[in-house]
Order: sequence, then C-alpha cells, then structure tokens
Amino acid sequence: MTPWLAAARAVGVETASRHADDVDRRARFPAEAFAALRKEKLLGIMVPRAEGGAGAGIADVVAICHELGQRCAATAMIYAMHQIQVACIVRHAEGNAWLKDFLMRVARDQLLLASATSEAGVGGDVRSSVCAIEPQDGRFKLVKEATVISYGAEADGILVTARRTPDSPASDQVIVVVPKMGYELEQESAWDTLGMRGTCSNGYRLRAGGEMAQVVPAPYADVSAMTMLPVSHLVWSALWLGIATDAVARARSYVRAQARKKGGAPSSAARLAEASSQLQLMKATVVGSLRHYEAALVSEDEIAAPAFAVAMNNLKTGTSRMAVQVINQCLLVCGLAGYRNDSPYSLGRHLRDAHSAALMVNNDRILANTGNLLMALREDPGLLE
Amino acid sequence: MYNRVEAQIRSILKGTDYLQVNVDGLAEDADLYAAGLNSHATVNLMLSLEEAFDIELPDRLLRRRTFASIKSIAEALAEAGVKAEAA
Repeated sequence: MTPWLAAARAVGVETASRHADDVDRRARFPAEAFAALRKEKLLGIMVPRAEGGAGAGIADVVAICHELGQRCAATAMIYAMHQIQVACIVRHAEGNAWLKDFLMRVARDQLLLASATSEAGVGGDVRSSVCAIEPQDGRFKLVKEATVISYGAEADGILVTARRTPDSPASDQVIVVVPKMGYELEQESAWDTLGMRGTCSNGYRLRAGGEMAQVVPAPYADVSAMTMLPVSHLVWSALWLGIATDAVARARSYVRAQARKKGGAPSSAARLAEASSQLQLMKATVVGSLRHYEAALVSEDEIAAPAFAVAMNNLKTGTSRMAVQVINQCLLVCGLAGYRNDSPYSLGRHLRDAHSAALMVNNDRILANTGNLLMALREDPGLLE
Repeated sequence: MYNRVEAQIRSILKGTDYLQVNVDGLAEDADLYAAGLNSHATVNLMLSLEEAFDIELPDRLLRRRTFASIKSIAEALAEAGVKAEAA
C-alpha cells in the first residue's frame, strides 16, 4: 500500500466515517475530513514533482476514492471532483507559466478546486456553453449562470467552461482556471437532495475575471475527451464501488452475526454471495478501465479513438447501475436491520448516495452519446490486448 | 473552383446545420470546430461522407483532427481511396 493510500484510509476510518451521518443529515460540507486530507497533503498528490507535488498517478487517486467511498460518499465525491480538475491542469497546462505556478500553489497550499461546467440554457449539455470569455486589454471577464457548483462556497478555485470568444459557437469551448480572489459567487439555488447531500452542490451566478493566461491552451473538446471525461468516470466509478463495498461489508457482518446465533450460515448467505459476485464484476470493470486508460495515455491516437470513448462511457453507465443493484441485494440480506437508520447495518445512506450515480451526467445522455460513437466503431479489440 | 471531392464535402455540409457559418465563405483549411462542429455532428458527418463516397473510413482516420477542416476531410477521403478528379 502506498503511503498516500494508507493516509487516506486513516482519514476515512478515523474522521470521514465518524461524521458521515451528520454530513448527510445536515447536508453540510465534510469539513473535518477535508481538514484531515489537507493535513495529510492528499489534495496536491497529483501535482508533478517539478511543481512541488508528489507526482502521483491516476491509479493512486482512484484507489483513494475507492477508500473514501467506503466511509463517506460525499467526502469521496468532493475529493474525486477536485482531482479531476487537478488532472485537467496537470495534463493540459503545456508551457503555460501561470498554470504551472497555480499548480505549485495547489500543492503548497493544498487548494481545493471546484468545477463550473453546468449552465442554465444548455439543456444539461456540458459540451455547450452560453457564457463566453470576454477579452479586454489582455484580461478577460466572464459571467456564468452555473446551475451547479459542487462545494462552490468551500473551494479555493474554480475551473469554468465558456465559449472561446463572444462570437464563438456554443460548442467551441475553453476551460479557464480562476482562483478564489478572481471570482464572486451569488447563490441562486440550494442543495437539498436525496443523497450526496454533503457535496453542497448549490447553483450560483459566477462573476469572474483574470488574465488570459488562465485559459487552458487546449480546446475544451480535447481536455474533455482526453482527461476530464475518462478521469471523471474512473474516479466516480471507484467511489461508487467503495459505497457498494461497504454495503457488502455490512451485509456480511449481518449474516455472520446471524450465523453465530444459529451455528451455521443462514439462507440469506446465498443472496450475500450474489452481492459479492456483482461486486466482483464491478471491481473488475473499474480496474480494467483504469488499465485501459493508463495504456491509452501513451498515445494521443489511442485516447482519441472512438473505442476508448465508448469504453469510458460504458464504465460510467455500467458501474452506476451496478452500485444500486449491489446495495439492493445487501438490503434484502439485512432486511429491516438494513432499512433502519439507527442500526449498524443501515444501508439507507448508501442507497441514496448511489442513486446519484445514474443522474450526475444522466445515463440516458451518455448512452445516446455512446450509441452515436458506436456508429464510428469498426470492431471490438481482442480479449487480451 | 473546387475539385469534385471538395465540392461534394461542401454540399454535404450545406445540407446540415452542423456549422454556424456560411459554408461558401469557409477557407479549405478553416477550423470546422471553431465554426460550430461538435462531436455528435462529427459522427453524423462521417456517416454522410461514407454514404456519399461509398467508402468506409478506416479506424486510424476516425479522429477529431480528420474532421477539423474541409482540407483534412479531403485528405482522409483520398487516403480511403476516393479519387479527386474521377467522375
């Protein structure tokens, strides 16, 4: 186990899990867990060594999301979303000195980065923008009606998508990095939801300004295809797997307690076996997709191929469904003990959190996109390549 | 004058709402993504090209940059065996 994973496990077990129910009940930011993650310097691990970070890879972050997901899904989701932003800057900063300097600050000051991709007026399509970068004497201004900025109020910086210029079409987007001092947030909606309550994903009117150098040089289309989309689906899947893993662990303790009383495995053990089998499929999908991403990273052609995009979409739609299925099985195993909110086998929070998976970027939208991509897919790769 | 292939590419683009600019005013190397082409439309454009030229674009050409300009599309079609001047 890497020292990062060991530290994340300690934060998860000692801090995140202790406050998870309160974070959920009050729909509040998991402040204790993030203080602990900052203390362990886990927010900046993906920043390259040259910029003062630890140079960790995507696998390290995936493993941490899986770990945290078992303790507090909101903590895991916020950590995941933060690392998606870091990955985008790390991979696409190119020679941009402002962005490299910002990465140094992320590592040194353990900055927490949020994302403003959703916008009113685009029908949920994050690959379209209404707002635009308005250049003015080497600087820019930007106003965005962001329907959701998860943990916006707690963030130290936000990555914002916008049209490249006020004359650009909706699909010609860039992504711009804005540190806290460069924006103002006016809250327009609250976040009182079924699950993932601690992500505090309020809606805001975002007013931002800064230097043109804060705009990531690559088109957002490339940043999205090569980094934001695959990394999002990997870290999300890992934390959904974490939620399902803890559900199976609770079901297992329940069955074990029953077995001790009865002096043998009860009939519900067969259903536990079913949940364990589904969990294994889910895990194999996450790990296989992670290896696929790592292999594709070495070649721009690989990562731009329709087959890669299809695989990363399938990861998201597949694992988001599987998480709910696994938890449902566990609920049947635990019965009322799982249904209760005041039992050690309670699965209510797990189930509510997991239901967000199919909705955060709606699976129907992703499936439609995958269906379109399949028109460009010629043949499936072989089994072991 | 455009050659046959380029004229047909332009005619396909004109028959769609993929772009937000007048196709006639586009230089052959103008960035189609900056003109409004998105990823969904790119797949549809690929299908229209395959139908119009009766070809199948090989995997290695199914990249974003293949569809970045009229010129790059014409080059991809040539690579896929479409002859520029043949009737």
